[in-house]
Amino acid sequence: MTAPLLSVNDLKVHFEIGRRGLFGGARHVLKAVDGVSFDLRPGETLGLVGESGCGKSTLGRAILRLLPLQSGRTVWLGRDLARLAPREMREMRREMQIIFQDPLASLNPRMTAGEIIAEPLVTFRPELKRAEVKQRVQAMMAKVGLLPNQINRYPHEFSGGQCQRIGIARAIINEPRLIVCDEPVSALDVSIQAQIINLLMDLQAEMGLSLIFISHNLAVVRHISHRVMVLYLGKVMEIADRDSLYANPLHPYTQALNSAVPVPDPDIERAKPRVVLKGDLPSPLNPPSGCPFRTRCPRATQVCAECMPALERAGADHMVACHHAAMPDRP
Amino acid sequence: MTTPQFSAMEPVLEVAGLNTLFATPEGDVRAVSDVAFAIARGETLGIVGESGSGKSQIFMSVMGLLARNGRASGSVRVTGTEILNAPVAELNRVRGARMSMIFQDPMTSLNPYLTVRRQMTEVLMTHKGLGEEAAAQASIEMLERVQIPEAGRRIGMYPHEFSGGMRQRVMIAMALLCGPELLIADEPTTALDVTVQAQILDLLMQLKRDTGMAIALITHDLGVIAGLADRVIVMYGGRIVEQAPVRDIFRRPQHPYTEGLLKSMPRLDEHGVTRLQTIGGQPPNLQNLPSGCAFRDRCAYAFDLCAAERPDLTSLGEGRARACHLPQLGEVA
Ligand SMILES: Nc1ncnc2c1ncn2[C@@H]1O[C@H](COP(=O)(O)OP(=O)(O)OP(=O)(O)O)[C@@H](O)[C@H]1O
Ligand code: SF4
Ligand SMILES: [Mg+2]
Repeated sequence: MTAPLLSVNDLKVHFEIGRRGLFGGARHVLKAVDGVSFDLRPGETLGLVGESGCGKSTLGRAILRLLPLQSGRTVWLGRDLARLAPREMREMRREMQIIFQDPLASLNPRMTAGEIIAEPLVTFRPELKRAEVKQRVQAMMAKVGLLPNQINRYPHEFSGGQCQRIGIARAIINEPRLIVCDEPVSALDVSIQAQIINLLMDLQAEMGLSLIFISHNLAVVRHISHRVMVLYLGKVMEIADRDSLYANPLHPYTQALNSAVPVPDPDIERAKPRVVLKGDLPSPLNPPSGCPFRTRCPRATQVCAECMPALERAGADHMVACHHAAMPDRP
Repeated sequence: MTTPQFSAMEPVLEVAGLNTLFATPEGDVRAVSDVAFAIARGETLGIVGESGSGKSQIFMSVMGLLARNGRASGSVRVTGTEILNAPVAELNRVRGARMSMIFQDPMTSLNPYLTVRRQMTEVLMTHKGLGEEAAAQASIEMLERVQIPEAGRRIGMYPHEFSGGMRQRVMIAMALLCGPELLIADEPTTALDVTVQAQILDLLMQLKRDTGMAIALITHDLGVIAGLADRVIVMYGGRIVEQAPVRDIFRRPQHPYTEGLLKSMPRLDEHGVTRLQTIGGQPPNLQNLPSGCAFRDRCAYAFDLCAAERPDLTSLGEGRARACHLPQLGEVA
């Protein structure tokens, strides 16, 4: 197997939340990401799914080391990121990029499309001549399906899908190895969503990119990912290769998520068995003891309240954290 | 799955020749153009289309809730009574009592400063002339009906004290208080997490079964439509481009836009990964609609006639209609 591009080990992001008023107040710790480990191979797409508050976006940012309060080991091509000198870290940043959900809001409204796309390039290669920068920017615009003559337009003059293309052009201009995509198609209409998904998959094939694709849409994640990780309140519930995860989900939460997604076929949708979970997601500020899913889990027993199950191997590329995981089907 | 039969009785809602315009400094926005449809008693009509296609504004016109710069013309009849542009007093007799509307954000219908009890009982006291005690009792029963646990205690809480999914239930309970014959649900689950969305969809299905109420379900999610709707309207650029019983929409779409939408969606039940088919280009600008068919610059089948002439919504029989110059499309596998 190829050596991983990125190895994340026991990553934790704990935020301290407290009323800091005159007399202080009770402090709480919000464990947004709590002990997440995984490997990402070159050219691979890892999908991160889960509902609100499960820590998907925080994890995405922590992987890029954009957050101050984090612990755990992140190894990039065999090197521990915590031990890099600032200059090396800068170089590393060039290789990791991020794109966001709200395409318009994530672009600076006072900069032109060309300036936005050029910014990372100019930062890392200040010696480049203006003409050369312009030429590179226009090449990127063509690559992501924008018209190069739109280079001097401002973000508000573009549609949502086009703004997302600007974000992607900016992310790829320095030829990164990894792009974290944080809900990149969630704000887009179905017809535009498909255009952006195809673009990301084409760029991946062409540039050998690794993607971390964060989304609450299980169908989109299934389409684009090679492997998928399911998160619940900051913890990994299940991680597996795409086909195992969707064909043979072992964690009751993954099973519930799967059955909750409406299928666009009236006969299938009305006949399918459903696992409808009780209640809402608990507050991440006050998660249940033991397994965080136990308050909504149809299989929960005493042991689930007592301790968090370890993430254990259940197949060649399949790990699950559940005291009562369904056993994999054996042929 | 059996296709339910709806009575030939007078429909709950009958919309004809509806046009909705918004005046803006840059000119008029034609949000809704020549829209006509009816909803039978007990029927669930799904309304799909991209953002800005006019889904919400049809029903804001129906409810008399347009923004100040909006004007609607045409006809809207609720159980036979014309109500489009009716005086507020008259509208208030129909709204809540015969039809009510719920939204994506429950806080658009709930008052954050009043307890749920106060908001619910007030509705029953004004509309139904109930006394305070009877109103409170009926409100608690309605909260139980939408499966809010410990309704008797929780009715004293403020909206923000409920979780997202529970708040959605409170809003639904409010909308159902006077037993409306039509519930208009505008993206009722779009803001919810998928497991909570499944609960609310289940609830709507139960209510539909138990109360026999008609539902207008506005959503951009074809999966939600597949689960709940009996019949579907597809909107594009402010117009209805296709209308059909739910199975036909998914099995035999007759408009290139509907077909494109279905094919561009990644599906949980897809086999193997193929490239998604896409609809190129952007949705139309309602301020400056193209001549002929509004879909033509994105349509794979467009030909000369499409630019010259706008296709009318034409009946294909069997409750189906579409607006397209092409001969009928084939069946989708
Ligand atoms: N007050 C207003 N002034 C001007 N234009 C408006 C106003 N309200 C709505 N519109 C326009 O009317 C059109 C139809 O809007 P509508 O809200 O019905 O879309 P929709 O199909 O419900 O979309 P979405 O899926 O985003 O909710 C849009 O182009 C919108 O910008
Ligand atoms: S009328 Fe022409 S452009 Fe419009 S959908 Fe039909 S074929 Fe396409
Ligand atoms: Mg709307």
